[in-house]
Amino acid sequence: MTNLFGGTKPSHGEERRLRRVSNHAPTAQGRGFPFVLPPYLWLLVFFLFPFALVFKLSLSHTVLAMPPYAPQLDWRAGPAGMAAFVRQLDLGNYSRMGGDHLYLTAYLSSLKMAAISTAILLLVGYPIAYGMARCSPRTRQVLLLAVILPFWTSFLIRIYAWIAILKPEGLLNAALHLFGLAPLDILNTDTAVYIGLVYAYLPFMILPLYASLERQDPALVEAAADLGCPPWRIFWSIVLPQSVPGIVAGALLCFIPIVGEFVVPDLLGGSGTLMVGRVIWTEFFSDRDWPGASAVAIVLLATLVIPIVLYQRHQARALAEAD
Amino acid sequence: MSAPAPLVRFEGVGKTFPDQVALDGVDLDIHAGEFFALLGPSGCGKTTLLRLLAGFETATSGRVLLDGEDLAATPPHQRPVNMMFQSYALFPHLSVERNIGFGLRMQGLAKAETAARVADLLALMRLEPFAARKPDQLSGGQKQRVALARTLARRPKVLLLDEPLAALDRKLRDETRGELKDLQRRLGATFVIVTHDRDEAMVMADRIAVMDAGRIAQVGTPAEVYERPVSRQVAGLLGEANFIESGGGWIMVRPEKMKLSIKPVKAGDRVFEGVVRQAAYLGDRTSYRVEVDGGLVLSAVSGGRRANIGDKVWLSYAVGDAVMLKS
Repeated sequence: MTNLFGGTKPSHGEERRLRRVSNHAPTAQGRGFPFVLPPYLWLLVFFLFPFALVFKLSLSHTVLAMPPYAPQLDWRAGPAGMAAFVRQLDLGNYSRMGGDHLYLTAYLSSLKMAAISTAILLLVGYPIAYGMARCSPRTRQVLLLAVILPFWTSFLIRIYAWIAILKPEGLLNAALHLFGLAPLDILNTDTAVYIGLVYAYLPFMILPLYASLERQDPALVEAAADLGCPPWRIFWSIVLPQSVPGIVAGALLCFIPIVGEFVVPDLLGGSGTLMVGRVIWTEFFSDRDWPGASAVAIVLLATLVIPIVLYQRHQARALAEAD
Repeated sequence: MSAPAPLVRFEGVGKTFPDQVALDGVDLDIHAGEFFALLGPSGCGKTTLLRLLAGFETATSGRVLLDGEDLAATPPHQRPVNMMFQSYALFPHLSVERNIGFGLRMQGLAKAETAARVADLLALMRLEPFAARKPDQLSGGQKQRVALARTLARRPKVLLLDEPLAALDRKLRDETRGELKDLQRRLGATFVIVTHDRDEAMVMADRIAVMDAGRIAQVGTPAEVYERPVSRQVAGLLGEANFIESGGGWIMVRPEKMKLSIKPVKAGDRVFEGVVRQAAYLGDRTSYRVEVDGGLVLSAVSGGRRANIGDKVWLSYAVGDAVMLKS
């Protein structure tokens, strides 16, 4: 509103009229309100509320009872009970985590495995997505179906199938034997975990990449060639830079769940495979340490959310600068 | 006119796609410094011809020569021709400046030289205020000028323009026509333009190749193809025309050559008596549809307003204004 009147401050009457006008013409925000409400409600019910529960749990203590933690919030005790409840909460679980190497090692190891598998996913997924975006519409339909098809089978069953493939007397070694090659002992190693992770998350990498590559105007590639760009360079100077949003989306979509992944390392990994998801599982189910497991989960969430928020801020700033 | 070696020569060029024949034995010469238009309805093969020259398609038969050299073995990125795309195909992640300089950087031109040439083009196209913008922050007309500047940057031997004005609105299109022609003349460059708009071709081109169903129907100056078309298709493609059957062939007379009179004209074989069925007043002229004997409807255009619907009128034309067509 600042420059509407060439810098001079509007008179009272003008101001009132302006306000009236803006009341009549719904702003983008006003018009959008009923439509943005459901996502926020969803976020509140399915994310913020459970998050608050887990956070509260992470500040409690383990006790030998059911439920296995204290203090319990007693609504009937009123404000006094509430105050007593809050006084009993502390950061003990967090300081315990800080004192134990295991947790830090597990976090770092999870981040490393997630980073490596995301990099492999990108290398494997990009050519597939590129091929899908460039092929004929009919072939594209078939390929899209092939990417989505695995979802029709239970995730757990598909990972079990990898055990059958990778175990010492499994399909892989049978195939190697057929070609006269030495058998591989992969199951229960990090290699098996990487194979499983890349296999399980490939669709989540391919689909956002495909969506961003498919949107590119094919004339851009011709225009680059026309302007003297050799074929190999077209990819680096034209195709790749424009697919960065797809790369970021795919990488986040894979990296974040992989950091907390439990099923794949548990089924395919060995005793040496250390990942946070497994630590949480063990604390929760084997040690019955619900508060401890909650604290590990909260820290995991923080390590994942903070970089994403920073990245989004950066994006918003870049967008603002572009205008 | 003496015949210097053509800059571009198509020799019996054919192009077959799996589902259609796009070009069928095209022979065509384009000379240096010409503004040459390929005119025809959609699907006539004009864009395919342009893409053959750019190197995006390969001819099924025949040869494409540039400066006397066969281009068949030269990939698009090594051809000394540049194309302006109908969608402009500006690189969305690069600024206006970097879009225009893209071809120069690919050439490996020195940084200072690139910057100087880009600055010249920005000035030529009146784009200096937008140098740092991204394509999606430009208006349609600005985008079009960036695309043109980018095409000019490498100083190609031939500039190929695929429907360069199609994406602009009517008013801007009319202004840009004149500017494009002016630019071509000042630079002395060779422009080959593809268009389906006869006005565009007539206003800008030195010569027009009228295409139909994968063949060249006629090549000539705008006046030649308009006034002396070789077939009904060509005549109809370049403007409104009256076709009068005559001894196994057709006589073509343009509406503006039809003389309309409200007084009786002595009967003859070039005089038609009829009744005005439609009269469209266009300010500087009025366009009439006149039903003459035998149910034939003829068009006539004359200045001012001389007759109303239902009036009896006489149409006639001079021998020199009629064209005999065999088909």
